[in-house]
Amino acid sequence: MTDRAPPPNDNGFVPLDLDQLREMARINRIDVADMFAAAGNGHYGSCYSCTEIMTALYFSVMRVDSRNPERPDRDRFIFSKAHAAPTLYSALIRRGFLPEEWIPEYETKVGVKLMTHQSRRYQPGVDASGGALGHGLSVGAGMAVAAKFDRSDHRVYVLLGDGELHEGSIWEAAAFAPKHKLDNLVAIVDRNRLSVDGRVDEVLPLEPLADRWKSFGWDVAEVDGHDLEALVKVLDVPRIGGSGKPLVVIAHTVKGRGVSFMEDVRSWHFDVISPQQDAALRLELSEPLK
Amino acid sequence: MKPAAPPPTGKPRLTTSAMIASIAGEGQKTKPAPFGHALVEVAKTRPDVLGMTADLGKYTDLHIFGQAFPDRYYQMGMAEQLLFGAASGLAAEGFTPFATTYAVFATRRAYDFIHQTIAEEDRNVKIVCALPGLTSGYGPSHQAAEDLALMRAMPNMTVIDPCDAHEIEQVVPAIAAHRGPVYMRLLRGQVPVVLDEYGYTFELGRAKTLRGGDDVLIISSGIMTMRALDAAEELKADRIGAAVLHVPTIKPLDTETILREAGKTGRMVVVAENHTVVGGLGEAVAGLLLRSGVYPAFRQIGLPDEFLAAGALPTLHDRYGISTAAVVSRIKEWLSR
Repeated sequence: MTDRAPPPNDNGFVPLDLDQLREMARINRIDVADMFAAAGNGHYGSCYSCTEIMTALYFSVMRVDSRNPERPDRDRFIFSKAHAAPTLYSALIRRGFLPEEWIPEYETKVGVKLMTHQSRRYQPGVDASGGALGHGLSVGAGMAVAAKFDRSDHRVYVLLGDGELHEGSIWEAAAFAPKHKLDNLVAIVDRNRLSVDGRVDEVLPLEPLADRWKSFGWDVAEVDGHDLEALVKVLDVPRIGGSGKPLVVIAHTVKGRGVSFMEDVRSWHFDVISPQQDAALRLELSEPLK
Repeated sequence: MKPAAPPPTGKPRLTTSAMIASIAGEGQKTKPAPFGHALVEVAKTRPDVLGMTADLGKYTDLHIFGQAFPDRYYQMGMAEQLLFGAASGLAAEGFTPFATTYAVFATRRAYDFIHQTIAEEDRNVKIVCALPGLTSGYGPSHQAAEDLALMRAMPNMTVIDPCDAHEIEQVVPAIAAHRGPVYMRLLRGQVPVVLDEYGYTFELGRAKTLRGGDDVLIISSGIMTMRALDAAEELKADRIGAAVLHVPTIKPLDTETILREAGKTGRMVVVAENHTVVGGLGEAVAGLLLRSGVYPAFRQIGLPDEFLAAGALPTLHDRYGISTAAVVSRIKEWLSR
């Protein structure tokens, strides 16, 4: 664990520059690998597709404060695709919300603080528990309405899996947010195109996805979900004087990104890793991704 | 167009739709929309209180609140998952949403949303649902015969089944003051007023004895307390003394009062509920008595474990054994054996 950067200090936290973000994304993937090594298995593919999204949010875009996790004007983050919670845990650990010592305890026994899905009951800095797909956008829309009601300038980010968009409840919330002009709400779709049983669009078609969101009244941005520079730019929506519409960022990603034998391989949605594979993974993650 | 023919002499023919509006008997003292008016009163001093509904504001009396506080009223559309998810999000930010729909749509359609985003996170959302149990003649799509079983199985959830307008007026401020998720069964429209004559006051988590009697103890909640009180009066003619213990808080159950009353020797215990016999107040009380070593003669009045018919509500209450006449005849039958 000697190859890790020290946790950044919230007291006057300075957003990371691009090289630092790339290094932080690498650290996030290693943290996730350490958690899954402790557990013996994990949702590798689901985590590694959203590593850069999480890194951009927590180390450049979002206003959060580990010394005051409930700070009223913090930006909210709802990790709706909660089966990839270890990426969130890593971000919270590296931002100083959670102790690093929790990493090797991940899922090792009943009662540890880091379990498969994030929970507000055990982890400071978590705005909504997760686990059941399809919930996050409704909860986030409620939080965004509350922010408008309170005239607060904070923003609400919701990370959705693309398979999660099969849930009808997503489209209930999608209809609601433009009605209330929630330009403080940003939905991010981790468009890795794989779900448990196969290609997302073969399981149930989503395309034309951008048009679908547009027709519901959303601003739509499409971005390479592993391009940190592009992610920071698109996610940092104005705190005041916005477009009057919620924004969905369709982040085109690769499931298992960063580990060659996992990339775009369906079985790595969730799998057991062998010691040889774990060693190969660490070798590949010894340098930041290009 | 010709005016409709007047009804034939005698009782007007009962129709299904007529019974959506009210459960009041003919000539019974009623109050209009007690929930809506009570919520307006609470909201006057509680800026955190919001009203949210899934296109059923009018049929849950929430439109009264919407008229009084239009900027605190959220019309969510026919989208119950959104309703409860967004209510959780608003509660997370310090608001106290009162979210209304029909009991079937909350407890059956949106169960997972209530379970995960409200109960599991202990969010301060009040779920207020019309047409609980068998209070609609529309058939199983609108009859929430199992709502109490579903909601009391959920950790963190407080479950309330008020009897009348007098009680609803007191429940609303009580659950607004209570910190945590609540499921409240709603009677809307012209709601009977019964309990004022008993000097009754609602206390969250407390069961109250409304009348004494030596032969049978009726433990009841919701509209069945109204039936039990009427039945007890009728049973006097047969020299049967019926006590009535009203249990509006289904969860957490007032175990102390129930055990004390049921433990008095010589009385048959009859639990009466507007709910399937599966998993409601009856089985809650039965389990409590067994676990506590209290073994009175025990009977249950409730809806059968089947999909119920559509039709006029009084007819259905007779058929399924929860009308006053049915309660009287069954208690007489049980005591005569």
